[in-house]
Amino acid sequence: MQMSSPAHEGRLLTYADALREAVAQEMRLDSRVFLFGLDVDDHKAIQGSTRGLLEEFGAERVFGTPLSEDAMTGVAVGAAIAGMRPIHVHIRMDFLLLCMNQLVNVAAKSSYMYGGQIRVPMVVRSMIGKSWGQGAQHSQGLHAMFMHVPGLKVVAPSNAYDAKGCMIAAIRDDNPVIFVEHRLLYYTDAFVPEQSYRVAFGKARLCTQGDDITIVGISNMLMECLRARELLADIGIFAEVIDPISLAPLDMATIANSARRTGRLLVVDNAWTSCGASAEIVARVVEAGRNGAAVQVRRMGYAPTPCPTTPALEHEFYPDPAKIAKVAHAMVRPEEPAWTPDPTQAKLAYYLKFRGPF
Amino acid sequence: MRVLAFRTRATKALPMAQTAADANAACHLGAADIERIYRSLRLIRRVEEEIIRIYPTDRIKSPVHLSIGQEAVSVGICDALRPDDVIAPTYRGHAAYLAKGGSLSAMMAELYGKSTGVAGGKGGSMHLVDMSRNVLGTSAVVGTTIPVAVGYAFALKSMKTDRVVVAFFGDGATEEGVFAESINFAALRKLPVLFVCENNFYAIHAPVSRRWASDKLCERVETYDIPAYRCDDGDVLKLRSLALGAVRRLRGGAGPIFIECRTYRWREHVGPNFDFEAGYRSSAEMEPWLKNDQVERLAALMAPEKQAKIDAGIEQDITQAIRFAESSPFPTAEALYANVFAGT
Repeated sequence: MQMSSPAHEGRLLTYADALREAVAQEMRLDSRVFLFGLDVDDHKAIQGSTRGLLEEFGAERVFGTPLSEDAMTGVAVGAAIAGMRPIHVHIRMDFLLLCMNQLVNVAAKSSYMYGGQIRVPMVVRSMIGKSWGQGAQHSQGLHAMFMHVPGLKVVAPSNAYDAKGCMIAAIRDDNPVIFVEHRLLYYTDAFVPEQSYRVAFGKARLCTQGDDITIVGISNMLMECLRARELLADIGIFAEVIDPISLAPLDMATIANSARRTGRLLVVDNAWTSCGASAEIVARVVEAGRNGAAVQVRRMGYAPTPCPTTPALEHEFYPDPAKIAKVAHAMVRPEEPAWTPDPTQAKLAYYLKFRGPF
Repeated sequence: MRVLAFRTRATKALPMAQTAADANAACHLGAADIERIYRSLRLIRRVEEEIIRIYPTDRIKSPVHLSIGQEAVSVGICDALRPDDVIAPTYRGHAAYLAKGGSLSAMMAELYGKSTGVAGGKGGSMHLVDMSRNVLGTSAVVGTTIPVAVGYAFALKSMKTDRVVVAFFGDGATEEGVFAESINFAALRKLPVLFVCENNFYAIHAPVSRRWASDKLCERVETYDIPAYRCDDGDVLKLRSLALGAVRRLRGGAGPIFIECRTYRWREHVGPNFDFEAGYRSSAEMEPWLKNDQVERLAALMAPEKQAKIDAGIEQDITQAIRFAESSPFPTAEALYANVFAGT
């Protein structure tokens, strides 16, 4: 089934192709834009998301690099300071840990530390992995680390429409933007306009309306939340599902308004909960609470363990639609016994086809 | 004047000065050149001596890593550059910043934490910057500016200019992984970047002998197919000559070049004092460097009245800069939030 969406027709494009189209359009418009990173120019082309760029723009503007993430991030910073607009691609977000010094100590701080004399307009693309035994070092969602640091913008589009619009906005932004992608979103499709457009940072999207509970889903977890919403609807619980899209800046007004109205907020992150995006969102909603209007809050995310490879344990590690629906049910109907969705229905939820931008 | 013989040890023949005639041409200095180089050396020395004088008053609100003793490296290299060439100095950056023409008043104001400083008082001594003079911002984290300089050079090459970038860094920075990563990429892409290692033999208080398995730094760099040269005695004119040749080759697209400049830090790692009493190094170690002081040496090459005139001009500039720093206002509270993001 298809969720409500402002764009119900037009051309269907996958998330990977939307990323590729956004970059290609910007590279045609602006000769300062270039794309580089390990494997961007090989036959697999970062799961297709850089396919054809080398052929169209040449090796001067699309190139692979040595395995030197630290220096290559510095190269992006230096090129950005010189007036170019680099897009640095990492096939897994885990590799950003090799870039932290340049991202946190240099890119994030240059505008401030040099009194506005220096700008660092760069995009850092990175993909969160999941399943097929990706394991502890190919599956981490580390966006909260970057949200922590002033001077960085962080976006995590959940669908092809937002992927294109956020990418164009990121390339045109005069600041470093951490662009969080998810492997499982790559082959999802959405109606994506052919023309260029931007999705503004700092504006959340209300995906579905509901009066019983507000559920915020980050990155791929938004998909899981929408599936959970279907399971909940079967028992008469209606969830308002919100996609924050950008995590820094964060549109707290949309989330807090909804949470105040429903009285319940469940944040489901594609990451650990400790000191995470979910902790931040919940804290800000609580801080903004007025007149004793309490909002019941819960967080869900990775189990507080490294990610295991075997499917038997991986299943335990991640939130899924059934687990999300179960927690939401307990929040909405605490007087009822615990409810677990029918396993067949939960499985069927994965056959639901959601097409953004919702 | 007589050209000083090259005692610089080159691990390869010096391609930029293959003949004595070349070396002569590179080194041929007129009175104006000597005066300019002297002025730059003397300005840096005197500015830092004034910082030492003011420091105990606590009016300077910034840790300072003084360049005294190492001025010749910055001056010799920067004198070989055009105004549109770019330098990426280190947190021990007063010398390079001033040698490249960075504003003295804005630097002093920055050290005082004033709103008129290079970064409005938010950077201090360790984050000097002057983009109008193509001085990239300096960093307090060793080695971090090396890849940034390489990236800037990548952009210059992409834009098909003949401008060059100089990456200054210390001996300690060559131990960071990012150094190896950066020189490899620069060599791979034949980028117009001159790597200048100021080897003052200490990383804070740890001597090279306790940090390096081998002191064959130039040989290490050469394995990346980067021509590497070493200057052992901090001779400003030799360094300038080396840099002139190197920059000419960089403009021709030959790819990066590396120079190890051995030098000596006279003062403590951070702060205004001598620290020979601390025991990690001896004052005897400094003796040859004192005797070889390039400020004195250049002064001896000039007519005394000329020197006096330059000195007087420098004193006037310093007095004005200090007055500017002291009379400037501190930033107001709302400035705290300015420039977290570009243009905000």
